[in-house]
Amino acid sequence: MHIDFDAFLAALPNIGKGYLGIFIVTAIIVLVVYMFNTIPEKVYEHERKKDEAKKNKTSETKWETE
Amino acid sequence: MEELFYPLLSIFDQPKIVVMWIIGAVLIFLAIKKEMEPTLLLPMGFGAILVNLPESGAKEVIDILFKVGIEYGEMFPLILFIGIGAMIDFEPLLSNPKLMFFGAAAQFGIFFTLGAASLLGFAPNDAASVAIIGAADGPTAIFVAQTLNSTYLSAIMVAAYSYMALVPLVQPPIIKLCTTKAERKIRMNYVGKKVSKTTKILFPIVITMIVGVVAPDSVALIGFLMFGNLIRECGVLNSLSETAQNALANLITIFLGVTIAARMTAEEFLKIETLLIMGLGLVAFIFDTFGGIMLAKVMNLFTKKNKINPMIGAAGISAFPMSARVVHKLGLEEDNQNFLLMHSIGVNVSGQIASVIAGGLILAFYR
Repeated sequence: MHIDFDAFLAALPNIGKGYLGIFIVTAIIVLVVYMFNTIPEKVYEHERKKDEAKKNKTSETKWETE
Repeated sequence: MEELFYPLLSIFDQPKIVVMWIIGAVLIFLAIKKEMEPTLLLPMGFGAILVNLPESGAKEVIDILFKVGIEYGEMFPLILFIGIGAMIDFEPLLSNPKLMFFGAAAQFGIFFTLGAASLLGFAPNDAASVAIIGAADGPTAIFVAQTLNSTYLSAIMVAAYSYMALVPLVQPPIIKLCTTKAERKIRMNYVGKKVSKTTKILFPIVITMIVGVVAPDSVALIGFLMFGNLIRECGVLNSLSETAQNALANLITIFLGVTIAARMTAEEFLKIETLLIMGLGLVAFIFDTFGGIMLAKVMNLFTKKNKINPMIGAAGISAFPMSARVVHKLGLEEDNQNFLLMHSIGVNVSGQIASVIAGGLILAFYR
């Protein structure tokens, strides 16, 4: 075992790139997840409105028949 | 009569094997009496005794298991990752994605330890393998150390699993050192936003593709982890999900623990470097905790309302779910109405992903 300052200096670029790299990949993942969280909401909102409109139409028809 | 006494007498020729018996016994004691990661420490401890008996007939079998399960393709840790992926619920993270940054920050210990190990004269591949103890994730540590042909695989394994079990002892003093009482009392309200099933299904697929493109060496790790998660979330493979979480994970864990013992012979394990690696492993965990907390403190400088309790940063260490529970418990100690669990669970699962990314990047730099 010995102190190897040259090896430490040689490792520094990888240390910097590695730690920064994790944050960059994480940022991309976070953006993608935010996109996932918005798009399905719009789709489900559209589906929900369709279902509600269908239900309302059915209950109106029921009123008319009664 | 000679055949009976020869193995017994050969102990005097190799006294180091007695030390390994004691180490094996200590690991078994820690597993049973202290309940420290018993799923791994008990098989490792017993395996260490098996391979260090004179003229041990178990060495050949364990060597075969090692070749099949770890040396050729790192199969055991990857299959275990399927089980781990099936156990993880990413919903707390998906409902608040910015928590992922704490998982990233809490990998600081890996890179700090890489510098420290390089400074202490470890060869680059060994320094990188020692550093990955900071991933606080057994399969990742085995995968990286084996792929980089590290000569210290067994020491790295013992260090990784021991410190994962010691998280409730290691983290609290570091958290208290790095935070003030006022910071520990910061309340964080949890607004449980519903995450759609589509999001939960798309997440493992897209994450695998993103991470795989950036760090191809991590495709096996992230792919198997996310495959397990996809089985869980798809909703049509409940029996496979149950099997992955229970039978598969338990079966592989049994084999993995005993197999690691193949590298716990006295010649390989009893070196001064083993002690050094145990010390560096502790350094990695300490600086992981430090890194996560520091990001939270920095973020608080830019937020006036809705401050972040810095302790949740410490949960970014991949030791799931212990780290999250430690943070939640510390939060309750300071303020018994401060429930940090959902935030810390979200950060904790993000640490799992971040540790795999870190492993992939380490492999990319040092392979």
